[in-house]
Amino acid sequence: MTAVFVILLAAPLAAALACLKAPVRACQAVSVVAGVASFAAVVVLVPAAAHRDLTLGRYLRADAISVVFLLATSFLYAAVAIYSVGYFRSDAPPGVSARYARRFYAGLNLFAWSMLAAPLMSSLALLWIAVEVTTVISALLVAIENTDRAVEAAWKYILLASAGLGLALLATIFMYAAGAHVLGQSYDLTFTELLRAGPRLPPTLVRLAYGLAVLGFGTKVGLFPVHTWLPDAHSEAPTPVSALLSGSLLAVSFYAILRYYQVSVAALGPGFPQGVLLAFGVATLLLAALYLFNQGDIKRLLAYSSVEHMGILAIGVSFGAPIAFAGVLLHVLAHAAAKGNAFMGAGVLVRKYRTKLIADVNGGLDLLPWSGPLLLATVLALCAMPPFGIFRSEFLIVAGGFATSKNAAAAVLIIAVTVAFLGLSLSANRMLFYPATKRLPRGEPSAWMVIPVVAGVAALVLLGVHPPAGLSELLTRGAAELRGLA
Amino acid sequence: MAIAWTGLAAHVTAPPAVPSVFGGSANVIAVLVLLLEFGMFRQALLRDQIRLYAAQSAAVSVLAVIVAAAKNVPELYVLAALSAALKVVIVPLVMRRVLRGADEEIAGSGTLGVATTVLLAIAVGAFGFFTVGTLGIADVAPGTAQVARPHHAGSFDGTGAAPPETALGLAMAVVLVAFVLMIVRRDVVSQAIGFFTLENGVSLAALVIAAHMPLILEVAFLFDLLVAVVVFGVLIRVHHGRGQSLSTAELTRLRG
Repeated sequence: MTAVFVILLAAPLAAALACLKAPVRACQAVSVVAGVASFAAVVVLVPAAAHRDLTLGRYLRADAISVVFLLATSFLYAAVAIYSVGYFRSDAPPGVSARYARRFYAGLNLFAWSMLAAPLMSSLALLWIAVEVTTVISALLVAIENTDRAVEAAWKYILLASAGLGLALLATIFMYAAGAHVLGQSYDLTFTELLRAGPRLPPTLVRLAYGLAVLGFGTKVGLFPVHTWLPDAHSEAPTPVSALLSGSLLAVSFYAILRYYQVSVAALGPGFPQGVLLAFGVATLLLAALYLFNQGDIKRLLAYSSVEHMGILAIGVSFGAPIAFAGVLLHVLAHAAAKGNAFMGAGVLVRKYRTKLIADVNGGLDLLPWSGPLLLATVLALCAMPPFGIFRSEFLIVAGGFATSKNAAAAVLIIAVTVAFLGLSLSANRMLFYPATKRLPRGEPSAWMVIPVVAGVAALVLLGVHPPAGLSELLTRGAAELRGLA
Repeated sequence: MAIAWTGLAAHVTAPPAVPSVFGGSANVIAVLVLLLEFGMFRQALLRDQIRLYAAQSAAVSVLAVIVAAAKNVPELYVLAALSAALKVVIVPLVMRRVLRGADEEIAGSGTLGVATTVLLAIAVGAFGFFTVGTLGIADVAPGTAQVARPHHAGSFDGTGAAPPETALGLAMAVVLVAFVLMIVRRDVVSQAIGFFTLENGVSLAALVIAAHMPLILEVAFLFDLLVAVVVFGVLIRVHHGRGQSLSTAELTRLRG
């Protein structure tokens, strides 16, 4: 297992360093290798983590929950690395130079590295640091195209996210103070120690820390009312970065909230932690569902869809049922695959039509023989249609809501998801089914931009129809951990 | 019963506890940090804002030294030195470098006047201060925790001094006032400095209630701040390079 940890932490970092100097082709090769190696390494972790916690030294630790988030991140990392080859090869957008490509690849690998590091941290303090590193690197990646809009988005993003993480740092400090009462003055703030200390932690401090953590890390998850940076950053970043932002970055921040949730439930009981998440989740879901109507920009549309899914995750955790926890973890995986796919598909449309405006894109099914149908499948998956993974995960979450008699919240979830379905499918319909008005040649910009999307749809079908046995065990164990049993 | 009564009487008639040297100086420095934070509102010159930030950071570093001496935590001396080097010297240097290319010297005026802003900040800061007071966080430590687990006696600090609840409240006030600062200012440099002062407020809180945190974590936090400062600097330069201005008034393209 040591080798796996080393690969996960070293491969992306080495790739990032190599990309600073290497020619563009080499950058592409190195990134693809690092991405695929990371994904393979995490797959190796899955069966082990389904049965026990894995630790390396004092500061590295992976349990079933962390491996779920690692799986989502590394899958997207590999997908995006492959996609980027096409992104740079097919008549690249103006202003793409070798210097830009090198910066992009160095940033991309570093970004993936920080997101793979975060779930491996055993200490809440180190977790905060890793999340902060993801913020600063991704802010640079959002600004990389150096347009007025990109710079505006990057500034709003880094200011809001840093302020939010300032609150999260305060949460870390309060949690440290809470643990100091039980664990002694000087300790590492490791999450297992805190869990074991559980009910002996002073409740006021834990409550304060939890509230601040939800608001602080919630800024990066995109919870209402601190989600405002999210559509800007997602729409202005280069497409591969948008896919990582949406599928991984939001999830990693949500992972941080989950850790605080576990400690808070151990210290306070489930009432308060679940209530906070329910309130944030419902508000977030309702807002996002309404914003999905009348979005003019493809990538903003998908960004609001991410906000919607983060709301679903928060509500799912607030239900507190074992089946809902399994649903939440599955949803993290399925959402990563679906949203990564959606952004990559949207990127093909943007490349083909040279516009991000939904109104100017039509006839996608005719003009794009592969990406058109794949995008359609992805949008249906995002709307929780069977046989895709999100159908299964949302079904589990809603079933969990009814199982714990949280009927009102479950009903709100169903209604909001239906509204979101309408908003998303109206726009997709316009882009894919309306007859083409522009005279564009039929064909794909690049095969590299199709391969990862095919893999994503395959993953979604797999998750929806029959998740592999090892994965099911992992999700079951993760759900048990969230209930405080493992 | 009699014992209880005498106990109560002693409690009622006891003179208010005199703060220890440590508690007193911690509170004085926390007040100083808050006053410097308020000074930011008055200070329109960007360079002087950076100076105020350096002074505030110096105050926080001095507090680290005091805590190190009072609670006998030698690692905090190292932290104090590193924090002074970073926040008093390097961050202001980086920010001045960023400013060098820009010919603007005056902070973009906020939507509100100085007086209104300060009143707002006082209200917000008072809210933070008194809220922390009512939570009774500090009571938990030496009272209940100590009784329940005698081997962690004096868990707040070895000298037995009253936990500096006042200083913690002031730290919360600094954090909240920093938010006001970031919200009302209309240029990228002031907003960045607002964030850095927020971090100072959090450092203050950390020194007050989490002084024994392992040095490696504290150093990692500082390193992280350094990375954040550099990225803020890069983005400020990029922003200035595009718009030839530090103002954020034009950042209205992305909506909805």
